[in-house]
Amino acid sequence: MLTSGLSQQFTGGRSEIEVRAATVRQLLGELDDLYPGLGSELGTDTAIAIDGEIFQDPYLEAIGADSEIYFLPRIGGG
Amino acid sequence: MTTNGNGSTQGNGLKWVGKRTIRPDGVDKVTGRAQFGADFTLPGMIVGQVLRSPHAHANIRSIKTDKAEALPGVKAVVTSADFPELPSTFEAAGEVMLNFRDMSCNVLARKKVLYHGHAVAAVAATSVAVADQALALIEVDYEILPHVIDVIEAMAPDAPLLHDDMFTIGVEPTPDKPSNIAKRVEYGLGDIEAGFKAADVVVEREFTTKAVHQGYIEPHAAVATASEDGQCHIWCSTQGQFVVRAYVSKLLGLEISQLRVTPSEIGGGFGGKTVVYLEPLALALSLKCHRPVKMVMSREEVFQASGPTSGAHVWVKVGATKDGRITAAEAVLKYQAGAVQGSPIMPGCMCAFAPYDLENVKVVGFDVVSNRPKVAAYRAPGAPISEFGVECVIDEVANKIGMDAIAFREKNAAREGTHAAYGPRFGPVGYTETLRVAKEHPHYHAPLGPNQGRGVASGFWFNIGGDSSAALHINEDGTATVISGCPDIGGSRASLVIMAAEILGIDVDRVRPIIADTSSIGYSFLTGGSRVTFATGMAVIQAAEDVVRQLRERAAMIWEIDVEAVVWENGEARPSGSNAGEFDPLSLGDIAAKAGKTGGPINGHASLNAQGAGPAFGTHICDVEVDKETGRVTVLRYTAVQDAGKAIHPSYVEGQIQGGAVQGIGWALNEEYIYDEKGRLENAGFLDYRIPVASDMPMIDAVIVEVPNPKHPFGVRGVGEVPLCPPMAAVANAVAAATGLRMADLPISPPKLLEAIDNGL
Repeated sequence: MLTSGLSQQFTGGRSEIEVRAATVRQLLGELDDLYPGLGSELGTDTAIAIDGEIFQDPYLEAIGADSEIYFLPRIGGG
Repeated sequence: MTTNGNGSTQGNGLKWVGKRTIRPDGVDKVTGRAQFGADFTLPGMIVGQVLRSPHAHANIRSIKTDKAEALPGVKAVVTSADFPELPSTFEAAGEVMLNFRDMSCNVLARKKVLYHGHAVAAVAATSVAVADQALALIEVDYEILPHVIDVIEAMAPDAPLLHDDMFTIGVEPTPDKPSNIAKRVEYGLGDIEAGFKAADVVVEREFTTKAVHQGYIEPHAAVATASEDGQCHIWCSTQGQFVVRAYVSKLLGLEISQLRVTPSEIGGGFGGKTVVYLEPLALALSLKCHRPVKMVMSREEVFQASGPTSGAHVWVKVGATKDGRITAAEAVLKYQAGAVQGSPIMPGCMCAFAPYDLENVKVVGFDVVSNRPKVAAYRAPGAPISEFGVECVIDEVANKIGMDAIAFREKNAAREGTHAAYGPRFGPVGYTETLRVAKEHPHYHAPLGPNQGRGVASGFWFNIGGDSSAALHINEDGTATVISGCPDIGGSRASLVIMAAEILGIDVDRVRPIIADTSSIGYSFLTGGSRVTFATGMAVIQAAEDVVRQLRERAAMIWEIDVEAVVWENGEARPSGSNAGEFDPLSLGDIAAKAGKTGGPINGHASLNAQGAGPAFGTHICDVEVDKETGRVTVLRYTAVQDAGKAIHPSYVEGQIQGGAVQGIGWALNEEYIYDEKGRLENAGFLDYRIPVASDMPMIDAVIVEVPNPKHPFGVRGVGEVPLCPPMAAVANAVAAATGLRMADLPISPPKLLEAIDNGL
């Protein structure tokens, strides 16, 4: 699932997308194929929640068959 | 006080974790030996001073520095012309993406000054007096422009425009006219309109919060030196030596290997020392004159030119059924970014309703520039603002349906498996435990007197992990040194030492901590986001486990048995059983003494990108008394309950909770930036910018709840951010209970409250 800004910028407003991928790297590649530039954008600036766990710099993390993925802004703090 | 999720005292088999050990840095701090940023000196050092804008908004037609440069004693002068012009690119840095062109323009104004106090030039000279004299000789030709301070006024179509190349991101189609609105963001779940239709009660309210400063006691300070071969070194007060290295290298066009950064002891940061101000200026001056240059901000400069957090306009609407179930929740947040884009609007939006299990939720946020200093992070950046509005409205809804404030929250609380309002499902979290402990606390049932009221509010923060490195060196006598790359702001030396001692099985006072410079330890992200005890702690644990593996190997060599037949227990190597052979245990000291004969020194190392940070929740109870003749609010009693996962050093966790609560009380009652009609900051000092002092506060009763984070070996969650989220609403809800007045504009200062009382608002 994508935030509204990203969906407006890359997917014509679609916020939910289904693709086949076993790792985050594959997922980003698939998204780039579907929506050029989206995977690169997500791989650079975005954290990913996989089944509820937030990964700040995801790349090789495994994605399960029924995994729920959210793309989120990277979180910092004070 | 520490309790587990069942309310009983936490008991476990751990020897050091959870104990209140003596802090390793304590003696140096109380005796004055600790070296803070301004304490550092080098031979041949000169001083740098900054020329700042007297205007809130102006074009810079020209800057003439020749007279200043000719002044005897002046060694260097820099302006933005001495800094490379950088492209407008964003790179991740904490809770916001940083634009290095913007950062460069904030460090030294380029073409325009954007706020009162914006740095325009810097001078290095043999004394402060000479440097100040030189500043007076710099001639800046300004074209004064109309300015805008308030966030709502800055969003108006006819507002003075700060950047003519800023077109709002997140709006389709992209506007063809520039504005002060940098970005629009939106989060949501479900059907918000259907949710409100299903509500029996709807409360809708607008709030404002003011820009407030982190209020760290130690001003920004840096010493920089650049040698003739281009090698540079900075000593500074910072939350992250590695980010200083990255930012300054980028701003000055250096290779990272040219720059070494050593963090000083730090007198508070709270997010405000995650950015750079003086460091690039001091180094730019030193690169020109090849003398060490020291720069220290005055308190006035700290207020004028370092980042506070955003002031904001917040609109919240919540609907619920009569039996206490929230059916819909909506918010619109407008955050000041300061002079350049990058307010914490995203975390503000994401945290707003995070404590609640909602089917229908929508949050829209705007990042807005105005003629104020660029905001910086402040504990749980963005979250206290949005959660203030939400927790006030939650309180009003509970009152309207006649339900207890905590019971209403319990009925709607996020739990394990709940979809957070920003999307993902929560893993194990302790929000309901904080509510239960708060509800059962004697404070919640204590009687109140006349003109007194009680308020409750909750808070949420994600917490983060990230890149950390650690090393553990075993000394020849069996003592140990823990080396990390994260400045100790809130007690991380103590927590890292405790975790190392726990794994090694030795006394905690046989382990000493060191915070290394950027050339002496692997990369470590900054101290912020409540990450160090969690993430760097994981690195220390892994480094200690690496050492234990080596110790078992050395014992196996000494005993001439298989390493699998050696166990490490209570700081000693022992045969795993009678089949392994009969040997007297070998202590860490025994093995260390033979290290040279068994393969050399024993050291452990670990570098990791820590994942699995556990979200944290807190619930606060506040009692106030309102003087209806003066409008003064006195906080009578305050209890803060928070899920820490596992408190490695409970006293430090309590300190974080108490400090956050006090900062939030100041935000609620006193603190604000006040500007005159020309956009000049009028209260740039602690006499006029009133932060709470000890005599203003009751004892803050910190109650630690421990719902372990399963992703950390000891169950740690970050603790430093959440305590700032509930206090403003807890105070405002208490004032509402005492007076019947809903004070929606912070701070709830005596004149404002008195006016409301007199007018019966």
